[in-house]
Amino acid sequence: MKTLVWVEHDGKAVKDATLSAVTAASKLGEAHLLVAGQGIDSVAQAAATIAGVGKVHVADDAAYAHALAENVAPLVVELMGHHDAFVAPATTTGKNIAPRVAAMLDVMQISDILSVEGADTFTRPIYAGNAIATVKTSDTKLVVTVRTTAFEKAAAEGGSAEIEKVASTGDKGLSTFAGEEIAKSERPELTSAKVIVSGGRAFGSSEQFHSLLDPLADKLGAGVGASRAAVDAGYAPNDYQVGQTGKIVAPEVYIAIGISGAIQHLAGMKDSKTIIAINKDEDAPIFQVADIGLVGDLFKIVPELTEKL
Amino acid sequence: MKVLVPVKRVLDYNVKPRVKADGSGVDLANVKMSMNPFDEIAVEEAIRLKEKGAVTEIVAVSIGEAKCQETLRTALAMGADRAILVQTDERVEPLGVAKILAKIVEEESPELVILGKQAIDDDNNQTGQMLAGLLNWGQGTFASKVEIADGHAKVTREVDGGLETDDLKLPAIITTDLRLNEPRYASLPNIMKAKSKPMATKSPADYGVDVTPRITVTNVAEPPKRTAGVKVADVDELVAKLKAMGVAK
Ligand SMILES: Cc1cc2nc3c(=O)[nH]c(=O)nc-3n(C[C@H](O)[C@H](O)[C@H](O)COP(=O)(O)OP(=O)(O)OC[C@H]3O[C@@H](n4cnc5c(N)ncnc54)[C@H](O)[C@@H]3O)c2cc1C
Ligand SMILES: Cc1cc2nc3c(=O)[nH]c(=O)nc-3n(C[C@H](O)[C@H](O)[C@H](O)COP(=O)(O)OP(=O)(O)OC[C@H]3O[C@@H](n4cnc5c(N)ncnc54)[C@H](O)[C@@H]3O)c2cc1C
Repeated sequence: MKTLVWVEHDGKAVKDATLSAVTAASKLGEAHLLVAGQGIDSVAQAAATIAGVGKVHVADDAAYAHALAENVAPLVVELMGHHDAFVAPATTTGKNIAPRVAAMLDVMQISDILSVEGADTFTRPIYAGNAIATVKTSDTKLVVTVRTTAFEKAAAEGGSAEIEKVASTGDKGLSTFAGEEIAKSERPELTSAKVIVSGGRAFGSSEQFHSLLDPLADKLGAGVGASRAAVDAGYAPNDYQVGQTGKIVAPEVYIAIGISGAIQHLAGMKDSKTIIAINKDEDAPIFQVADIGLVGDLFKIVPELTEKL
Repeated sequence: MKVLVPVKRVLDYNVKPRVKADGSGVDLANVKMSMNPFDEIAVEEAIRLKEKGAVTEIVAVSIGEAKCQETLRTALAMGADRAILVQTDERVEPLGVAKILAKIVEEESPELVILGKQAIDDDNNQTGQMLAGLLNWGQGTFASKVEIADGHAKVTREVDGGLETDDLKLPAIITTDLRLNEPRYASLPNIMKAKSKPMATKSPADYGVDVTPRITVTNVAEPPKRTAGVKVADVDELVAKLKAMGVAK
């Protein structure tokens, strides 16, 4: 089987999510990559060095600059003429593009796979990860998105794939990019951080959220996450949200502070290696999944912890 | 301008799903079912656009068993004008749902279809994008803000790195994220009024759509369980644990 993997990038570098998707694709067959964007030579070069990659298709055109699904999907559909599976990481970009591709190919997408059980069989989470379904498709072409925390990252170095330019399928004139507010942070990205400190509604304000959590994160070299309640209340921006409908993370250590442990939140972090919970309510559901729990007031504990580290 | 809002009946988000012992699925017998929370947000957004004068009619659609009527009545009580139930006891996948919706779009000619970004049962996050692909329309997924003006929709989207705004030519598809709005509760008088609002009942065959599933679910299992670990007494003990793990120096 020949697979086509969507390369997630920021215009300069390949994002880690791609490496997990390559691992998943390699379980199906030969992994070919698609780098789409504008002025992306360095991304294509980097993609070609990923271990185990057969070929890198590069589509360099203004129409692809912001990965608008309306323009990218027809490109993927064209390349799927000689590939058997389209594999994208389940990032917001992957989730935006892949179903459009699937519908255009008249196939059912398999979302968010956790494992490849065979050429047509996969496992995937349903009900916020409260159940794991094994699904088998009868479609002859596959469209798959990959839960990146479930697959090891392919080595970023060691490969020397051939780079091939592909012609643009053009701007479909349905949509235009009108701007973005991308958070700039020195901290590790949530989806690749080794340690995450995450805050909930209990912080009470944006000032307290940041004045307490940021120094702790700095001490631990950690990424900062939040519950939906904390994001809704405006303590943290939307890209901090961990959960069923936010980011799915699986760091070495996840420290949940003032988070009750609703199933929608657990869905995003329960595959973390070690979970540490700090909560003043000893019956909070988060303690049922925590490896290490500390019952107490976060306003006392967090400053003390930061100081003692 | 007319808006179509597809709404799905799902296990209520407060109910903890129980996996059936025989591995055939999640037990839905005698449990509370509700409108998918993202779809409540979609209905609310349509109503707000109507209140602002940008929309004239809201049509709610649900595909599924007869009980989806309840979900549609909820949409009508919130403020939708009429409803279409596409009744089937078969399992309909997102591709089938999108194909039926595409036919309804052909008949109804809405300028906007607002869907939830994902249904909280199957968590597929596909239907809106598929519908956009089938119709060759623009798609504004994971929306946290929508502005309609001059035949365009300006949609702010929640993406991994923060927020992105796209400008879509109408007609277009929008899928809702959690922070787009806070849905209203239907008032008692409106619940009563909803009972007399029109609801058409159709079948997938009426639209000539083959909804035979492409995917078979061969097993549904519980995920590996985490068990509660230890409680530490104070910060010093926690620091010691973090050091032992190599997380702190
Ligand atoms: C469709 C849908 C999707 C959702 N998606 C997500 C999602 O992706 N991510 C997500 O997180 N949620 C999600 N939710 C929301 C989820 O159900 C919970 O409402 C949310 O996770 C609660 O956040 P919280 O734990 O911060 O707040 P709360 O539940 O209010 O918990 C606050 C906790 O802080 C503790 N506390 C209070 N004061 C202190 C103190 N001084 N010191 C220590 N502890 C203290 C309390 O004991 C409590 O346990 C979703 C909900 C729905 C309906
Ligand atoms: C009796 C029954 C049993 C089922 N059993 C299973 C099962 O075991 N496994 C399985 O994978 N699927 C099953 N399904 C199908 C499943 O419920 C979904 O309809 C389908 O998989 C769509 O997936 P999703 O809701 O996750 O799509 P998403 O793409 O996540 O949905 C996004 C949005 O699309 C719209 N939408 C989706 N479905 C509908 C709908 N039916 N009507 C109106 N709007 C809709 C909503 O606006 C929703 O927010 C069953 C369906 C029925 C009726």
